[in-house]
Amino acid sequence: MPDGLFIFFAALTLGAALLLVLSRNAVTSAMGMILALVGVAADFFLLDAYFLGVLQVLVYAGAVMVLFLFIIMLLDTEDPQGAYPWKTAALGLAVFFLLAASVLWLFHWSGAVSTVKAGATPPELSTNPAEFVTAAKAFGRLLYSKYLLPLEIAGFLLLVALVGVVSLSKDNPEDQA
Amino acid sequence: MENTALAHHLLLAGLLFVLGLTGVLVRRNLLVVYMCLELMLAAATLALVAFSRFNRTMDGAVLVFFVITVAAAEVAVGLALIVALFRKRGTVQSDALTTLRD
Repeated sequence: MPDGLFIFFAALTLGAALLLVLSRNAVTSAMGMILALVGVAADFFLLDAYFLGVLQVLVYAGAVMVLFLFIIMLLDTEDPQGAYPWKTAALGLAVFFLLAASVLWLFHWSGAVSTVKAGATPPELSTNPAEFVTAAKAFGRLLYSKYLLPLEIAGFLLLVALVGVVSLSKDNPEDQA
Repeated sequence: MENTALAHHLLLAGLLFVLGLTGVLVRRNLLVVYMCLELMLAAATLALVAFSRFNRTMDGAVLVFFVITVAAAEVAVGLALIVALFRKRGTVQSDALTTLRD
């Protein structure tokens, strides 16, 4: 049996994700998304990835979702359909149950991820920075040695995205059809 | 932490991914579809962190760091595109965007 905190946060995450998918109101969907991301961050904490958990809350649940909420407010979109058309609902249900059943089978009953081999409990943490360590220092060390080029590319990507967003959201008059 | 095996984390990640995929297929509001895409990304990062932790390597966690960075950039550009679309067409329902079909 997994530990109680994991069950609690897994249930929270899945419930919030369900709210995101099913809610007719875009703002409620966004709230469900925030809750789901916080649940994922809690699971990062349970996996001893504290730095990533904090980052997830700061970047995703903070910045990205504020952006989403702002755009929802700006666009003021209301869903015109009353209920889901039955074709869409049937397709969604079929896809969900098929995939969920295969996921359950793959990770729970097929034995492909054997608990003996992978360990019922995660291996002990080490102090060697090349292995999995909880300190943010280990991230810095790796980011500026082994992953220096990807780090630079990521920085450049952020700059490109910045310029792209500015040019996209500029109002050019000849574009108005 | 007692007895939370790798399989449990993978199970949660898989179910989250399935929920996101279902949302992408079913929902018609582009903003909600986009949020479901982000949910799928989050599920993938969860699996990466779990593998990273159980293999005692840092590489998966660093990859998650880059995924979060790229996702933030992607969200900014995607939302700008949706706003531009709304400005031109006055809707964000994917049902109403049929110019290429007609």
